Amino acid sequence: MLKNLVLSKSIKLTLNVRYFHSSTKLKSGGASPISYPSLEIENAGELQKMNLFQSINNAMDIALKSDPKACVFGEDVGFGGVFRATVDLRDKYGAHRVFNTPLCEQGIAGFAIGMAAQGATPIAEIQFADYIFPAFDQIVNEAAKYRYRSGGQFNCGSLTFRTPYGAVGHGGHYHSQSPESYFGHTPGLKVVVPSTPIEAKGLLLASIRDQNPVIFFEPKLMYRSAVEEVPIGDYEIPLGKARVVKEGSDITIVGWGSQMRVLLQAVHMAEEKLGISCELIDLRTIQPWDVETVCNSVKKTGRLLISHEAPKTGGWAAEISSTVQERCFLSLEAPIQRVCGYDTPFPLIFEKFYVPDHLKNFEAIKKTIQY
Amino acid sequence: MYKVGGLLNRVTKNEIIKRYISSGTTFKVQNGNTFKINNSRGLLVNGVCSSSSNSIITSNNKSISIESLYNQRHFSSSKSQSKKREQDDDDEDNSKLKKTDKLVVQELKELIPVYSIMNQDGIVSQPDQDPNFSKEVVTKMYTTMVLLNTMDSILYDVQRQGRISFYMTSFGEEAIHIGSAAALDMNDTIFAQYRETGVFMWRGFNVDDIVNQCCSNDLDGGKGRQMPMHFGSKRINLQTISSPLTTQLPQAVGTAYAQKLMGEKNCTIVYFGEGAASEGDFHAAMNFAATLSTPTIFFCRNNKWAISTPSKEQYKGDGIAGRGPNGYGMKTMRVDGNDIWAVYNATKLARQIAVEEQKPVLIEAMTYRVGHHSTSDDSSRYRTIEEINHWKENQNPVQRLKSYMLRKGWWDEDREKAFIAESRQTVRDALNRAEKQKKPPISELFTDVYDKLTPNLVEQQNELLDHLKLYADEYPLDQFSNSTINK
Ligand SMILES: Cc1ncc(C[n+]2csc(CCOP(=O)(O)OP(=O)(O)O)c2C)c(N)n1
Ligand SMILES: [Mg+2]
Repeated sequence: MLKNLVLSKSIKLTLNVRYFHSSTKLKSGGASPISYPSLEIENAGELQKMNLFQSINNAMDIALKSDPKACVFGEDVGFGGVFRATVDLRDKYGAHRVFNTPLCEQGIAGFAIGMAAQGATPIAEIQFADYIFPAFDQIVNEAAKYRYRSGGQFNCGSLTFRTPYGAVGHGGHYHSQSPESYFGHTPGLKVVVPSTPIEAKGLLLASIRDQNPVIFFEPKLMYRSAVEEVPIGDYEIPLGKARVVKEGSDITIVGWGSQMRVLLQAVHMAEEKLGISCELIDLRTIQPWDVETVCNSVKKTGRLLISHEAPKTGGWAAEISSTVQERCFLSLEAPIQRVCGYDTPFPLIFEKFYVPDHLKNFEAIKKTIQY
Repeated sequence: MYKVGGLLNRVTKNEIIKRYISSGTTFKVQNGNTFKINNSRGLLVNGVCSSSSNSIITSNNKSISIESLYNQRHFSSSKSQSKKREQDDDDEDNSKLKKTDKLVVQELKELIPVYSIMNQDGIVSQPDQDPNFSKEVVTKMYTTMVLLNTMDSILYDVQRQGRISFYMTSFGEEAIHIGSAAALDMNDTIFAQYRETGVFMWRGFNVDDIVNQCCSNDLDGGKGRQMPMHFGSKRINLQTISSPLTTQLPQAVGTAYAQKLMGEKNCTIVYFGEGAASEGDFHAAMNFAATLSTPTIFFCRNNKWAISTPSKEQYKGDGIAGRGPNGYGMKTMRVDGNDIWAVYNATKLARQIAVEEQKPVLIEAMTYRVGHHSTSDDSSRYRTIEEINHWKENQNPVQRLKSYMLRKGWWDEDREKAFIAESRQTVRDALNRAEKQKKPPISELFTDVYDKLTPNLVEQQNELLDHLKLYADEYPLDQFSNSTINK
């Protein structure tokens, strides 16, 4: 029992024999800064330093400018949103196109579906992914089935839901959750999770223009902390295509969103301590996910680790893992590892223990390599 | 109609008798004691209950087995009651609608007035409506407000210093908290949103309790799992606060129904903001409470803002109160939320209606959120300092009660200064104690997900333990209780 976790001499021995030691300071609040490789955009043109919320704002600015039927709305969106992602847009495009709604997520979702069905381009914000559940029925039963149930006569494909998700260090149960797999489980929806400002802009523009309802989960931990030189022009990054962030030969590591930085840190640690080479993949789109890129990588490396913050049981890692097992069985040299949140609600004071941090990922990589 | 419902399936005969006995019911037990039972419409069902023979003899000499209570049949077939029921139904029935040959588009005509009896100078316009509390009680009310203010100021700053992770102040809404809480019974159940700290303080949830929760230490009844302000306490009958807005409303209707079912002489009060009232759960709750006739008090704190959204973008028509009488057939009051006596009188009357008539009541208290939404918000982005100052200076609920006390000669500036100093000390001491306290044991990460740990949780707990052994110096283990490490 952990309750009586008194780590005494025997453990001291374990600590002494450990030949590796992380140089990062987890105790002082998270990982040390690592430079995450920026995606190259072809013919990028002029660049501007933007953090994540600014690049998302920039994407919506372009969407509103290029599509007169596009509208941005949600709770507190008018003054710029609680995370500042919609700042200045009301002034630029008017209160008829950028506006506050009453405080009602099911209303926001149903309203967005109706707008889309009538040919407009709604970009709806749900203030936190934790608060998307009152809209679950509208999204899962309505948006997702709108085209199918009408025999293709009607659709609400022009709609996009943006919503911040994930751990931030102090969010507790209801400002931390990662609900992507609830939606990934629903045919008819696309689910996208960006991991950098450059990626977020291109993926959001692609989501807005995609002719299917898209749920766009924004890693709120990175709204301010992730900064890149973002092209100011219009560009899209295709949905359903994963990005190989770093090539490698010994193990494939798959993640998305803010977990990518944690994984890169684990990769650095593993390459340094274990002398191996890791292939790191950003899935970017959860549904439909890029089976081909992941499976090709696993066929090459023979090993797979998937990591997400959401609870392990029924999480998207389970889906990836079973698909890879079906397709790459003979290439696998070790059991697939899932490093995820525990099967508990997201706990405020225990967050550091709950999250699948770089150390847990490093240990899982080691276990796989030493299998 | 005797609505016993599903709950009775799980209680024993003796429990039924005990519950109704304790709630003052009219059953005669064979040994001669008389008891009463309230039915769902507040009518009495007379009868004799034989505790030995498993049966109840009604006043018209019918024998009803206790088992049949489970099936809900006998009480509902009583003749006099079904007649009464028909009459009741007629009142709400369509046949009461008048016909007209004029095609008129109905529009909002009259707004429900705001009940207000004490002005900013502490003068009560209708002396017979002054609840006339003793000096001691009024002093306690006032000092609780001041303590709440003082604590809010300190904890707000403490959050800015990074010593707690989050905070929400109640500035401007103090009269709502104390006025409503004082009108309730300790056995009434409370559901809250998050900006109701004064209500909990009035019921005995003290500064230590609050600060321990904000510090997520092992004295927090919620085991540090939730963000600050998400209090919950069995002792003061406060169901644990949840961030998703308005979810507590239908729940409060359910608890009130259970109170009624068990014949309790209590009600449930549920607090919520005018913003939260836009959620679908508001409608569900109001409609359930009205149709199932539950002793629920819906207490809306209309403070004009929902984060950055002003109430004029939140709803049209006659506010939240306007939805009550015509929308749901619900008894409704609108009060000046900065007038503690108005709030008290309204809540007291609401409680009386809820408990005695077994009916829901809606109260809309008009006030103003003087502080920022939370420590994550900067309200200067969306409202003017003039607007805030207008409310702070001309409608201040704490000042209003102070004026009342000054008039009575019950308070003076020296006492005020001394009390504020004492309050500051109380909060600082509590904070120092709370910060020294360890966090809950790490094992609590896995408990209470279910009543018992499931196999996957046991496995995950062991995985974490192994991991922590391996990386003991990478995690702040020494901050947690029962997790000692010998480095
Ligand atoms: C379902 C849900 N949606 C959104 C939020 C985010 N949120 C928290 S408080 C709040 C505003 C609530 O305003 P109101 O009900 O008027 O209460 P007040 O803060 O004014 O006391 C919002 C939008 C939430 N907690 N839950
Ligand atoms: Mg409000």
